[in-house]
Amino acid sequence: MKILVCVSKTPDTTSKIAFKDGNTRFDEAGVQWIINPHDEWFALVRAIELKEKDPSIAVHLITVGGPEAEPIIRKALALGGDEAIRINAESYDSYYTAAQIAAVAKDGGYDLVFTGKETIDFNGASVGAMLAELLDTPYISLATKFDLNGTTATISREIEGGEEVAEVALPVIVSCQKGVAEQRIPNMRGIMAARTKPLKVVEPAAAENLTEIVSFELPPAKAGVKLVDAGNVAELVRLLHEEAKAI
Amino acid sequence: MSVLIFIDHADGHIKKASLEALTYGAAVAKQLGVPAAGLLLGTVQDDLAALGKYGISTIHQANNEAFNHLDAQVYSKAIAEAVTTTGATVLVFSHNQTGKAVAPRVAARLKAGVVTGAVALPDTASGFVVKKSVFSAKAFAKVNITSAIKVVSLNPNSFKIEAGEGTATINQLAITPAAGAVKVTAVNKVSGEVPLTEAEVIVSGGRGLKGPENWGLLEDLARPLHAALACSRPVADSHWRPHHEHVGQTGVQVAPNLYIAVGISGAIQHLAGVNRSKVIVVINKDPEAPFFKAADYGIVGDAFEILPKLTEEIKKIKG
Repeated sequence: MKILVCVSKTPDTTSKIAFKDGNTRFDEAGVQWIINPHDEWFALVRAIELKEKDPSIAVHLITVGGPEAEPIIRKALALGGDEAIRINAESYDSYYTAAQIAAVAKDGGYDLVFTGKETIDFNGASVGAMLAELLDTPYISLATKFDLNGTTATISREIEGGEEVAEVALPVIVSCQKGVAEQRIPNMRGIMAARTKPLKVVEPAAAENLTEIVSFELPPAKAGVKLVDAGNVAELVRLLHEEAKAI
Repeated sequence: MSVLIFIDHADGHIKKASLEALTYGAAVAKQLGVPAAGLLLGTVQDDLAALGKYGISTIHQANNEAFNHLDAQVYSKAIAEAVTTTGATVLVFSHNQTGKAVAPRVAARLKAGVVTGAVALPDTASGFVVKKSVFSAKAFAKVNITSAIKVVSLNPNSFKIEAGEGTATINQLAITPAAGAVKVTAVNKVSGEVPLTEAEVIVSGGRGLKGPENWGLLEDLARPLHAALACSRPVADSHWRPHHEHVGQTGVQVAPNLYIAVGISGAIQHLAGVNRSKVIVVINKDPEAPFFKAADYGIVGDAFEILPKLTEEIKKIKG
């Protein structure tokens, strides 16, 4: 069995968000790059857990990005992936990204494709669903639990106010979120092993961009907190009712 | 040319997020000078014709039991067929759980650009530029959709529902669902609760409440506010509260009118899930808690003393 895990390079959660070139590009100065947490903590770790249970499972990693994405894909290998593919392209359009991954995945014989539920930079939550369409495969989004029973997957997914449990025959594409697995930290053995694991670079397939980023903007600065004395709770309620009109 | 708005439903009722999407889609259509129509897959108990009050003239319904459960593959084929049949050029979804599974998939099928998590009407002066929330709500991006068909999903609670007069005509669409591969075996819902993503008011607790036995104080406050309950990540991880109540970057992302955070310090990961809230109130005994920097109103003090008083004062206002 082969599992493909899609990983994306994102700025660390605590990064200061700023823009340059007339607010048309993200300012990368001083930014620490990480594997998108939803890809790493949930999608990748669950794939590794399945491999630990059944060593015949191969876990492949894929990312769309330039050479600067290699440290994060090496880290993903250190966590336990077997081999990695980097599609040598910058992408800011989810269709272009999905089309690149689909071009590689269509002949890869993958039984399962895992993605994170979204990236923490563009928050698109789109690539998994698009990939499923391009490969004409079932898609379960926002999975909170994933179990394998032979060639059938049992998956819990988030719905408003609860969860839904579904069964689906492989192959399937699943977007993973909290609950599917628990975050791990790579150990020294994994880091050493990752240095020699295969990392294949492939050139992008022909695909269109269907969107373009025109500009970025920061939200208006908050006016600052209005503190109310702990002994005067009625004043807080008055402010919420009369000033903020929130109750 | 027309705007087609996907109407999402559960348990026989149309979701509130769909009413926002209808209002938004109708406003997009008005801006473009084209008609707006709704699209419903499956059946609901609600009066569909009455949805005309949100500004749409027609509701296309594809009535088949197979549509009453979400299978993204089945939905995307049916919706794409409806887009082709109706000649729609703009397709609107809510960016809720269904929209996240389906909107990008339909977009890929139609080779249409998609902007998910839109927060405002598109700028159509030169192109179709949609503002969306990015970097976990720490910034916005303006994204131009360059394809002929455009797909937009609207962030819940980011567009005011407006109802006027009017009724919609119901048009039955002959769409035969494709065979589905996903078999739903159980649906576990907490009955009677307002889903966090749809809640107007959220009362949320953190480690400062010291233990699950103290959540009654938050429930007492939530009741007169008709608020949904939420919690921070350590609370869910400690199993004080169920995981579906966890809001934050790895939990549910919310955008209520009012978010009351009690005993939550306000780590950046928590803020990433709540900073689209219109008004934030923070109650914390630590004056240095970072959450105060993101708050509109705050009280520095002991939650165990403040909460009962706050509940009483709210009851006076709410009757």
